[in-house]
Amino acid sequence: MMSVEAQEVASIREAALRPLARSGPRFWALAGGLSIIVVWGIIAFVVQFISGLGVAGYNDQTFWSIYEANLVAFIGVSYGGALVSAILRLTHAHWRAPITRLAEAMALCSLLIGALFAVVHLGRPERIWELVTRPRVDSPIVWDFVAVMTYLVATLIFLYLPLVPDVALLRDQLREEGGWRTSLYRFLAARWKGLPRQRQILDQGIMTVAILIIPIAVLVHSVLSWAFAVTTRPGWHSTIFGPYFVVAALYSGVAMVILVVAGFRKAYHLERFIQLKQFQNLAFLMLTLDVIYLYFTFDEFLTEGYAMTTDAIPILQSLLVGEYAPFFWLFVLGGGIAPLLLVALPRTRTVTGLVVASALAVSGMWLKRLLIVVPAAAHPLIGGAWGTFHFTWVSVGITVGGAAAIPLLLMLFFKLFPVLGIDELEQMVTEHGHALSSDGWEREPRVSLPEGVSR
Amino acid sequence: MTETRHEEPSPFNRRRFLKVIGVTSAGAGAALARSTIAETSPAHSPPSADTAAEPQHQWGMVIDLRRCDGCAKCTAACQDTHHLSKDQTWIKVYTQKDTDGRTYYQPVLCQECDNAPCLKVCPVGATFRNPDGVVLVDQNVCIGCRACMAACPYGARYFNWSQPPAVANLREQPMPEFPVPQKKGTVGKCILCVHYTNVGRLPACVDACAMHAIYIADFKQDVATNNNGETVKLSQFLRDNDAVRFREDMGTQPRVWYIPGHAQDLNY
Repeated sequence: MMSVEAQEVASIREAALRPLARSGPRFWALAGGLSIIVVWGIIAFVVQFISGLGVAGYNDQTFWSIYEANLVAFIGVSYGGALVSAILRLTHAHWRAPITRLAEAMALCSLLIGALFAVVHLGRPERIWELVTRPRVDSPIVWDFVAVMTYLVATLIFLYLPLVPDVALLRDQLREEGGWRTSLYRFLAARWKGLPRQRQILDQGIMTVAILIIPIAVLVHSVLSWAFAVTTRPGWHSTIFGPYFVVAALYSGVAMVILVVAGFRKAYHLERFIQLKQFQNLAFLMLTLDVIYLYFTFDEFLTEGYAMTTDAIPILQSLLVGEYAPFFWLFVLGGGIAPLLLVALPRTRTVTGLVVASALAVSGMWLKRLLIVVPAAAHPLIGGAWGTFHFTWVSVGITVGGAAAIPLLLMLFFKLFPVLGIDELEQMVTEHGHALSSDGWEREPRVSLPEGVSR
Repeated sequence: MTETRHEEPSPFNRRRFLKVIGVTSAGAGAALARSTIAETSPAHSPPSADTAAEPQHQWGMVIDLRRCDGCAKCTAACQDTHHLSKDQTWIKVYTQKDTDGRTYYQPVLCQECDNAPCLKVCPVGATFRNPDGVVLVDQNVCIGCRACMAACPYGARYFNWSQPPAVANLREQPMPEFPVPQKKGTVGKCILCVHYTNVGRLPACVDACAMHAIYIADFKQDVATNNNGETVKLSQFLRDNDAVRFREDMGTQPRVWYIPGHAQDLNY
């Protein structure tokens, strides 16, 4: 009879590899639907490339709007990966183990799409190679480029390293089958055999990247904020922008992790491994970040609003009581207060309630980024009318296409790679003595072992 | 689990990882260093400028707001000369109210700042200053990120949001000194008509001004002149008429000076 441990390990493997099995019609229907949306986005981009950015609703007064907001928002949600995988790993929060793979994969996919918006927003995207051949080091755009590229590499490594033992497992399982999948796994497994020396190197590598990815992540969103903050425009020229953007990213990132984890948990029946505890802990993190973000927002408006300098007044007025006020207050109530309440009240702190809270948080934060970019850009510096902002089929098509690409990429990713960190979970079971119980992972196993059997 | 056989060296180890990071960083650092040095060398300036000798001119402008009547012939002439669309008001005449509530007119164009924010934020150096001090844009380099539009406190830059119509009978290819026609997906702005001043002609707006309110100024030669033959000693002219610069407290050090009328405050 298998030991408790071996049973755990087997059930972990079975669940983690469930998505790799042949998928049913619902999977392909969803993937197909998302693909259509993505293709529509690509078509919209081609139209934009040929006709110019005017078709996306841009004009000389509103020279930055939806794509710049998307860039910040999509890179922002990737921070959930850094938080869950890196920070929680470093703080030995063992409850994170079942969701790290999902969080890391989500981070990579959303970061890729976010970086694509950096290309989409350019008037001459085909010239982006000039950032490599002739960068000017005092330009915040160059800092953005370097920071995002570094973060992309770090995220890729951070996804890859814990994946190595899992891929080695797949390589071993499929050894006889051959085909492109086996070759891929063999290549990625990098001759992993679970040897102690290899294990040591891997653990050190993961620890190093986990430590490094935190200052990189802080820098990336700070640098993104500085592209706005180093201009002298009212509404952008604020000293709090660095921390403001970082907290925004973390908040939306944790919310995104909740959404992705809930989705895959439901689709692949991973309830045994990803339990309410994971959602609740994530939700408390989200709540904390939400409160910090609202505090920063309040700080910004209080300091500007009290002093009422002539250049600050029009932006404040527009956001609080004017043209953009309905959207601003929609953000505060829907993206700020509502998630807070849904998490804080025990009655709504269910998986469904937290999914709703997270959806509100992610979409609210996207709206907030739009409110950061558009009014300050549209505000006339000298005189005359405010710039106008409107959605066009091109800008909406590309935005929604980018948003649809993230779940699509994730679905395809998990057709190839395990949805749970098998190796990480097995280590939890064998080395740290965790076992599943009805309310999550625990340190002591609930099942008592027979006499004479040692762990 | 104990292994007695010889461990295979894993190809994926810390040393290799650090080596890859090191090589990549060194490569990136070298590229950055090389490009920064290249930017500051004189060879970056366009071929038409005389790089060997000291520049003979340092162009700027003086606009006499007491004379401007808001007719916007300057705007029309500029758009005509450079084949611009109606939205591209490289010189734009704003209707302002003075502190007594009366209307006056202020033409605003690129201020050719000595401490230009647009120069600092351009990621690829498409925006540059020619030896005569005029800020130009190379539309063959511009990637269209519009950071310069965000940085300019005077709203002086205009983007080509669509393909501009072709221009017939052009004698030369477009270049920074005469960016005609404009290129889709790049930014454009007043070039102080360097294509005219290089050959001793007045800029289009100076030439068209019906009130003779716009002077082309040369800080090197200390002279300014308008289209009515009124030539003045620049430094004296600025001093005598209490000329000011627009939004002086932005720290941009503009080269465009304004002679304000009574109760006209240019520091808003």
